[in-house]
Amino acid sequence: MTLLTVDSLSIALPKGADRARAVSKVSFNIEPDQMVCLVGESGSGKSMIAHALLGLLPPMVHADGGRILFEDADLLTAGSERMRSLRGAGISMIFQEPLTALNPLKKVGAQVAEAIRVHAPRLPKAEISARVKELFEQVGLPDPARLAGAFPFQLSGGQRQRVMIAMALSNNPRLLIADEPTTALDVTTQRQILDLIRQLQRERGMGVLFITHDIGVVADIADRVVVLRQGEVVEQGAAAEVLHSPRCDYTRMLLEAVPGKGAFRHRPDAPEPLLEIKALEKTFVTRQGMFSPPRRVVAAENVCCRLDRGDTLAVVGESGSGKSTLARMILRLIEPDDGAILYCGRNVRNMNRHALRNFRRRAQIVFQDPYASLDPRLPVGESIVRGPMAFGTSRHEATAEARRWLDRVGLGPQAFGRFPHEFSGGQRQRVCIARALALKPEFLIADEAVSALDVSVQAQVLDLLSELKAEIGLSMLFITHDLRVAREIADRVVVMSRGRIVEQNETQALFERPQDPYTRRLLDAVPGREFFAGRSAPDQSQFLNGAIA
Amino acid sequence: MNKTLKTFLTRPAGIVGLILLAGVCAIAALAPVLYPGSPWNMAGMPFARPGEAGMVLGSDTMGRDIAAGVMHGARVSLLIGIAATAAALVIGVSIGAVAGFAGGGIETLLVRVTEIFQTIPNFVLAILLVAIMTPSIGTIILGIGLVSWPPLARLTRAQVKSVAQREFVQAARCQGQSSLSVLLRHVLPNAISPIIVTGSLTVAAAILIEAALSFMGLGDPNHMSWGYMVGAGRTVIRQAWWMSVFPGLAILVTVVAINLVGEALNDALNPRISRA
Repeated sequence: MTLLTVDSLSIALPKGADRARAVSKVSFNIEPDQMVCLVGESGSGKSMIAHALLGLLPPMVHADGGRILFEDADLLTAGSERMRSLRGAGISMIFQEPLTALNPLKKVGAQVAEAIRVHAPRLPKAEISARVKELFEQVGLPDPARLAGAFPFQLSGGQRQRVMIAMALSNNPRLLIADEPTTALDVTTQRQILDLIRQLQRERGMGVLFITHDIGVVADIADRVVVLRQGEVVEQGAAAEVLHSPRCDYTRMLLEAVPGKGAFRHRPDAPEPLLEIKALEKTFVTRQGMFSPPRRVVAAENVCCRLDRGDTLAVVGESGSGKSTLARMILRLIEPDDGAILYCGRNVRNMNRHALRNFRRRAQIVFQDPYASLDPRLPVGESIVRGPMAFGTSRHEATAEARRWLDRVGLGPQAFGRFPHEFSGGQRQRVCIARALALKPEFLIADEAVSALDVSVQAQVLDLLSELKAEIGLSMLFITHDLRVAREIADRVVVMSRGRIVEQNETQALFERPQDPYTRRLLDAVPGREFFAGRSAPDQSQFLNGAIA
Repeated sequence: MNKTLKTFLTRPAGIVGLILLAGVCAIAALAPVLYPGSPWNMAGMPFARPGEAGMVLGSDTMGRDIAAGVMHGARVSLLIGIAATAAALVIGVSIGAVAGFAGGGIETLLVRVTEIFQTIPNFVLAILLVAIMTPSIGTIILGIGLVSWPPLARLTRAQVKSVAQREFVQAARCQGQSSLSVLLRHVLPNAISPIIVTGSLTVAAAILIEAALSFMGLGDPNHMSWGYMVGAGRTVIRQAWWMSVFPGLAILVTVVAINLVGEALNDALNPRISRA
């Protein structure tokens, strides 16, 4: 019997939204013991479907057509009492950000116990805590008895997501909805959580609706794939079929846009060093109260690397590895504790105010979050002209220059007077690039500049960056957690872990012959690597030879 | 600017507040026209009920016209509310902004100073300051300004600290803009909304402190004020309610109007709401 049938579901958005329906006429089925992946870019309506299943649509948004049958009960017409008994018991859900999905003031064991008690109020306490322990063991949490007494903030991101999974499984649901459960996690943790969900799904014969934007993840775990675009299903079918012979252009585009498949980049000969970092040290010390010892986080320990003129150096690492701190130390937004940063032979750390200002003109940065890195109260053009104007360019000239750059990054000069919130994430990132380049820098730091973007937009921005790099001879320091992106854009790669450089090499050498076990672990964890390795034609098989070796 | 105004005018709270406030301002402006004489002069018999003896709002224990007092009092209240808030804003925002942006030792020092001021009950301090400096409009403004800035300074510091962390501020620093320009053009404009809202509440609070000072007999003896009228009418409130109720209502309406305007201003100044 089919577990869940979504039959031409439509969800109406309030007036004034960018389209009339979040999703329209979406139909798909989930069988018991089946992993269905709902894949789409941001704004495609995939989360709305998940929320509709649980009757958790935001106010002003409601389903206005179709049916959702869960074991023959229509969830759209079910009363709130019925929905409450289904939520957590028949259907349960895990969310993207486990830190915000858990109550910060309650011990995690108690939170899972509560989820059990809600559906089995008469269960004795001892039995509930035994059950919590058992669940914690099943989701692979070390030392369940101790962790049950921990608060969410005391756990790592992966552990928190495991707690969320334990909570979701606590009442043996028949259907598990996972809404981007690994997006906020590091690549190695993502791998573990994906394996865990897959394993639990098989053990329990659950139906799983897995929502993701990453087609690599889909390739790793899906039985069935539903591709969603702007609220409409453009393609669905068995995973192997959809991924290997996609019928729809959009699916093909999504597959093509995954970075890290092209040929390796090769560096020019006779390199001339632009930036040399020598024995850089930085430790963050947080006082934790009068009597407890201060917490020390090492962000950089004996970091040495160099960037040659015209090169792109990728700094790769998981969160907390110190890669963003490195970028900020180079620009002296954060002061290092010790070591030297030589830019064209001059130590940035000894620069006075004037010299630093001139250095910052030549070295520009593009930040990760395009929503946070533009002043929300200024038209984007204004944000761009202020840089050149600070260096004495007249407003008239600066404006003309800004319009030219906006045009060059593909937004058109009329974008000048618009405000940041009128742009999409990818467009904002283009504005940030225009802002950085308007100062005519020779060195660009991109701090996770494409991480917050959809995969298709990511590909466009990466293309834009390489074009501009060739055009004006930029040198780039590219910070990313995504090895696929590093492979796509970098000449050299530095792998960082906990403030230390564990390995650095030419991109090709690093991907083909990783030396350090940590690098190997990172490469292994790249989602969809087997699929993409198998899929790529011989001329594109670098990824296979390189990343997977 | 136009769009800001437009959003402001789409908020019912803003319109109501603006109308009320315009009313209060009109009363203040028209006072010398409608009641050219001094509000301290006797205008008729004492204890006249509202409407009696040609006095719309009645008269007080000395036979002074309540309506004249309320209208002239509006001038004093608005002047003191706005001037004292301006003084508090100048002190509070500069101290808060410098503390939040500079950090380190300067911040610690400024925060400690702010805390010292905060630990003193501000009404007591205001009484003390005004009593020492002899009551006059100027000293009352200064006194209220000096006791009202600590919350503004704390708020500004917190806002500046959080905005300064944001990436667009770092981007502005990387663009080579000077610290002062970053602070004035990027940090403060993005930190200002809650400061404006708190500022509008401070106007209301300043009017209340002035009323309380006058109530205690520490008002400017040359100017009629609402607080003085409530204070003077307090002893006979059971026989002559109108003596304290009308000036009291005037305080209430003004304070509510200013709060409503502040709230609507907050929405209007937020580009995500006003330009959506």
